[in-house]
Amino acid sequence: MSSLASEPINTANPPSFYLTQEHHPENGTMLGFWLYLMSDCLIFAVLFAMYGVLGRNYAAGPGPAQLFDLKVVAINTSMLLFSSITYGFAMLEMARNRQTATLIWLAITGAFGAAFVGLELNEFAHLIHDGAGPQRSAFLSSFFTLVGTHGLHVSFGIVWLITLMTQVLKHGLTEANRRRLSCLSLFWHFLDVVWIGVFTFVYLLGVLR
Amino acid sequence: MQDRTHFMQLLLGRLSWDAIPLHVPILVGTFIGTATLGLALLGFITYKRAWGYLWSQWFCSIDHKKIGVMYIVLGLIMLLRGFADAIMMRAQQALSFGSSVGYLPPEHYDQVFTAHGVIMIFFVAMPLVTGLMNYVVPLQIGARDVAFPFLNNFSFWMTTAGAVLVMMSLFIGEFARTGWLAYPPLSGIAYSPDVGVDYYIWSLQIAGIGTLLSGVNILATIIKMRAPGMSLMRMPIFTWTALCTNVLIVAAFPVLTAVLVLLSLDRYVGTDFFTNDFGGNAMMYVNLIWIWGHPEVYILILPVFGVFSEVVATFSGKRLFGYASMVYATVVITILSYLVWLHHFFTMGSGASVNSFFGITTMIISIPTGAKMFNWLFTMYRGRIRFDLPMLWTMGFMITFVIGGMTGVLLAVPPADFELHNSLFLVAHFHNVIIGGVVFGAFAGITFWFPKATGFQLDPFWGKVSFWFWLSGFWFAFTPLYVLGLMGVTRRLSHFDDPSLQIWFQIAAFGAVLILFGILAFLVQLFVSIKNRVALADVSGDCWHGRTLEWSTSSPPPEYNFAFTPLVHDQDAWWDMKSRGYVRPLSGFIPIHMPKSTPAGIVLAGISLVCGFALIWHIWWLGAAAFFAVIATAIAHTFNYDRDFHIPAEEVARVEQARTRLLATTV
Amino acid sequence: MSARALRNALLPMLAVLIAGCKAVVMHPAGDIAVQQRNLIVASTFLMLLVIVPVIVLTFVFAWRYRASNQEAPYEPDWHHSTQLELVIWSAPLLIIIALGALTWIGTHTLDPYRPVDRLDVARKLPADVKTLNVQVVALDWKWLFIYPDYGIATVNELAAPVDVPISFQITASNVMNSFFVPALAGQIYAMPGMETQLHAVINQAGDYEGFSANYSGAGFSHMRFKFRGLSPSDFDAWVAQVKAGGGALERADYLKLAQPSENLPVQHYAHSASDLYDAILNLCVEPNKMCMRDMMSIDARGGLGLASVDNVSRLAYDRDAGARAAPRSNYVLALCAADRAVSSSPAAVRAASDSPTVASAWAPAESTAAAAAAAPAPNAGATRFAP
Repeated sequence: MSSLASEPINTANPPSFYLTQEHHPENGTMLGFWLYLMSDCLIFAVLFAMYGVLGRNYAAGPGPAQLFDLKVVAINTSMLLFSSITYGFAMLEMARNRQTATLIWLAITGAFGAAFVGLELNEFAHLIHDGAGPQRSAFLSSFFTLVGTHGLHVSFGIVWLITLMTQVLKHGLTEANRRRLSCLSLFWHFLDVVWIGVFTFVYLLGVLR
Repeated sequence: MQDRTHFMQLLLGRLSWDAIPLHVPILVGTFIGTATLGLALLGFITYKRAWGYLWSQWFCSIDHKKIGVMYIVLGLIMLLRGFADAIMMRAQQALSFGSSVGYLPPEHYDQVFTAHGVIMIFFVAMPLVTGLMNYVVPLQIGARDVAFPFLNNFSFWMTTAGAVLVMMSLFIGEFARTGWLAYPPLSGIAYSPDVGVDYYIWSLQIAGIGTLLSGVNILATIIKMRAPGMSLMRMPIFTWTALCTNVLIVAAFPVLTAVLVLLSLDRYVGTDFFTNDFGGNAMMYVNLIWIWGHPEVYILILPVFGVFSEVVATFSGKRLFGYASMVYATVVITILSYLVWLHHFFTMGSGASVNSFFGITTMIISIPTGAKMFNWLFTMYRGRIRFDLPMLWTMGFMITFVIGGMTGVLLAVPPADFELHNSLFLVAHFHNVIIGGVVFGAFAGITFWFPKATGFQLDPFWGKVSFWFWLSGFWFAFTPLYVLGLMGVTRRLSHFDDPSLQIWFQIAAFGAVLILFGILAFLVQLFVSIKNRVALADVSGDCWHGRTLEWSTSSPPPEYNFAFTPLVHDQDAWWDMKSRGYVRPLSGFIPIHMPKSTPAGIVLAGISLVCGFALIWHIWWLGAAAFFAVIATAIAHTFNYDRDFHIPAEEVARVEQARTRLLATTV
Repeated sequence: MSARALRNALLPMLAVLIAGCKAVVMHPAGDIAVQQRNLIVASTFLMLLVIVPVIVLTFVFAWRYRASNQEAPYEPDWHHSTQLELVIWSAPLLIIIALGALTWIGTHTLDPYRPVDRLDVARKLPADVKTLNVQVVALDWKWLFIYPDYGIATVNELAAPVDVPISFQITASNVMNSFFVPALAGQIYAMPGMETQLHAVINQAGDYEGFSANYSGAGFSHMRFKFRGLSPSDFDAWVAQVKAGGGALERADYLKLAQPSENLPVQHYAHSASDLYDAILNLCVEPNKMCMRDMMSIDARGGLGLASVDNVSRLAYDRDAGARAAPRSNYVLALCAADRAVSSSPAAVRAASDSPTVASAWAPAESTAAAAAAAPAPNAGATRFAP
């Protein structure tokens, strides 16, 4: 319990009570960002819970089987999965300290991400055009909010990606930039994981049910 | 003509001259009073030519100590507003009987009790505990600052922006009339079409971002930045409670953010999450908001448990009894606080087994809490107790809080709750734990660490006056509410028919006046202490014979906190250092790596405030512009790589020598 | 300040304090509330077992170990004792075990959904007893009580015979309230589109206070009613009097009544529409609204398909019925075609859900409403909520 027991008191020769060199605690950025991601994860948890409770309240309107086009969603999903892989390649190139290759892979990642968001917006536009907008039923409210929040995250990730690419171009693969790229990497893969949940619970189970 | 109104609507949204409550004399008077005071303050600052100093040394500062102090100042200012609401409510309820309708019409009274709850929780209690954690935790763990100093500044200004938004609702438009948790469908657009709920949503969202980021920040600080040798089980107990508190913040506030986003979608976009129509489910809101709301209670109480632990050990001159069980108790409370939310609505008609489950988990929380209470008691046992101000507040807490805990467990028995839910008994209960716990704890913490932050103690006489007024005021104000609750009187009523109840409300109003004197005495205490700061000065840096690292440095601590990072060998690291012949180093100073100040935080929060205001009033162009401005500013900020600097060794040596000379004067 | 003046000031206060001991929660008149009171007292007593020693010890320790008392022992490094820690964790634990057992039993026996099984502590339920059914609706800002057994209805007055079990079905018109008669039994929420239940019995004749215990807007303070416990013969007389008083509560009358109002005097209706409560619960009192029950049964079959997207005005309970709200421009209302709506008669529903693309069921709103009103109502409406 007490540490006094483990370190016998020796008043004749007191231990050192301070560091004579500057203390460099481990950088907390990755931990802090991971903590933020966990809190973001809880936001998605709430949205999933809402979808779980309201997902069958069609308000005498259309249900998922009539609304979702699994083929388009499958293409969409592959876009995001590919973007995760290409981000992985970018990180590998970063580890090899190859700036241009890193930037190219990042650009490809961004393009996949943009394609994902574009397809999603297209899907939303179709639904709204058909009258199945977020106001039509609690099911559609929770669907649009869950999927839309994910899409917003991806869009934000793309903006961030472009910012980081500019910064890498400007300052090179410095330690700060490597840290930032690692944070975005966490963010990007996190969104991928969330999307797998969305794809399974919203689209697949929605259509198959 | 038609075009013009259309244009004005595009330009100003819902905002018009009607939004200024010129027809409500109370508000006009308040506005004149606030404006006069505000102008006087601004004039004083201008007269003192302090703007530059305030801007560069405080507003843009990323020093955790200054941010901590600013949090506490914010909390105290908002306490005045929240308490003004309280005394208005007490007056209304004491007057409004039979044919008298009091002086507040329901639409005003309903705003007052909503604002009171929101302000006291989000903008008084939260800033006070966050401020204490911000100030003390890095010092206790021997760190130079928090893990993310800029984020800390940004968090503070976001909290402030939320508070400003609430204050604006007083004079532009109105606040919510829904109760502090804004249950739908009442808070939905169909039943609250005005701006009140929107003020509620956006002030909480903006402040919530600040709270969440501050939670991440302090958590990363505690995990990553402890001084060498400080293992988890050697952390000071206040740091432990801060750790658990911030775990709760990170795990609870996203739920609030999400549920308020859903409510705002219902209000702005026309979705159907919590509506009666189109398959919405208002009960989901009640569940989700309490999944945040119950941990929130522990977010407030855990840090003050830490304060009391530090205070009891220090003023008993004794090591804390049962450190390990204190830590385990804190962790158990942290976990259990997620498993009890349903006890806030036993009366929704859940099954008996569900209700029993949540009732019993709630009771289980009282076991670690009871253990804590005993631990404090046995810390006092065979101690040498000095009844300085922090200890007085702690004693007041121990007597008051156990009663609040008891009534809380009583309310956790579902059939008892059926009778007492939403009654004034409930109101008395949560004020009993929040005033008796959080407020007393905040005052204990403020009086305890005030000399650390300023270099002089608070005046003990006025402190005692404040304490006794608060303590007696609390009991006078809330004992009648317990009784009224047992008489079947429910909360949030603005008028009563039964004249036999009036005497109780009059006693309660008298209690509120006593608390008012307590607050005034505290302000006098601040004023007197600043005036007598030379006589009250403490140059030792350790005026209470402290036990933890914050007392090892000077009061106020230098910008870099510690000239050399401490090496920790014991829970009570400073006590250990003192008892084993620690000698303060006088030479060999090295340059110290520190973060740089930046205006980015206050700018970002300012634009967020504009964005929130624009969204409340449906000024879409401004909202969109402000939103993109926030993103652009944030991105621009990331292009600033020049974020830190070194304090040269000579500067450190100069500061430390000054302290050496000062210490020599007292010996 | 003479002693007499002081006495004059203190005596009424004392009198009030004694009156305060007649706090209704502590002296209820119904068996359920009595049991709840007993639970409150027992729990308090159990907790005082640990609370009192803590308070006493606080004072004792504070006094004995004050810094000026140099005679008291001082052990600055004593900070651990396994035996003591065992005691301080197990004392609250034992009390919580006892209290937890009490809670588990009490919560189940006093479950508001559970029919009462005794008249009071001494008397069992008579074999031939006939439960009184009351349907309760919380409105802005008054209470409507419908007596389906008698076909009558009242506003802001609830009467019940002494020693007869009462079964309440409770709902609300638009926002959340809480139905509470402290003398009779604990409260339970009244929520729109949902039904909660309460079972209770009143043992003593008399007039008691009833009110909403959950804030519901501007008129909340006056949302009170009289609960009258009457002897069986008085109750029969009361029913006869209500019936003799005339007045009818049809759907149109209800819609008028549901408009926000405060301080409404007691009203009696000799006749109330038999399906009114059911329509209120399903949010379809207005003639052109689809009942929640029908909506839910359609949803349970997978919705109505794309053709039904414009079918919105019949589902908008809040949006255009929101009597308190200012008219609101809404995307949905703008989208919806008010003159078209999908029939919700079971046959049409089945046809529509079988082939979602067949939009054959369009019908003018009026006839649809008639069909909806006439359609047999499967009892799949709002059910008990269990999270």
